[in-house]
Amino acid sequence: MGQTLWFASRATGLVSLLLLTATVVLGASHSGRVATTRWPRFTLHAVHRNLSLLAVAFLAVHVATAIVDPYAGIAWLDVVVPFASTYHPFWLGLGAVALDLLVAVIVTSLVRTRLPLRVWRAVHLASYALWPVALVHGWGIGGSDSSLSWVLALEGLCLAAVVVAVGLRLRATHPDSEARR
Amino acid sequence: MAADRLKVGPIMCHAHGLCAELLPEMVRLDEWGYPILADGPVPPVLRSDARAAVAACPTLALRLRSD
Ligand code: SF4
Repeated sequence: MGQTLWFASRATGLVSLLLLTATVVLGASHSGRVATTRWPRFTLHAVHRNLSLLAVAFLAVHVATAIVDPYAGIAWLDVVVPFASTYHPFWLGLGAVALDLLVAVIVTSLVRTRLPLRVWRAVHLASYALWPVALVHGWGIGGSDSSLSWVLALEGLCLAAVVVAVGLRLRATHPDSEARR
Repeated sequence: MAADRLKVGPIMCHAHGLCAELLPEMVRLDEWGYPILADGPVPPVLRSDARAAVAACPTLALRLRSD
């Protein structure tokens, strides 16, 4: 086996960051009412949803391989209880925070039509907190990976994409939202 | 089985228009983007599209009711 599991965990972590970034960008665009004839709202929404589920799949592998690999001695509890691990308690703890928030966002979305809209929305807004926490987790725990220029470039691109998408979302207006102020 | 009818909550609806994209057979939008629903029960062939439209409505304004 050697380092296979450890490499797998690092790689799936990076892929998860890409998928979460795309999910946040599409989610912000969707709620900002971005749409064209080729990308109608329901397409944007469907891709947002499917990418988020793909991210969950990659994160499952990311987390499982990190635990199963004996190198870091990460326990199952460390993955959900923040800041309790012996291995990089702070950086791993951020990952646990992000994971807990993500689980809440996904679960509430799966049963969205059966929840009060306010509840779903409040939980869903946590995505804007979980994404930066996940980014910092990856950057902090990445060790030597985080000094590779392509990794840094990737993280920078993800950050830029989210900043732009959120900025546009904050500036988006619609007569209906205006009328409700 | 009672037939399902579409209902839209006019205050809940924020004119996102997804319902008209997903169920154009029964929903058209007025000039401000608010839905105008076709009268009558949802025909069986449109039932799954109607359910998709209800699930996609960002504000949960669109509902299926059996009466
Ligand atoms: S999808 Fe919902 S919010 Fe959008 S127009 Fe239809 S009912 Fe209104």
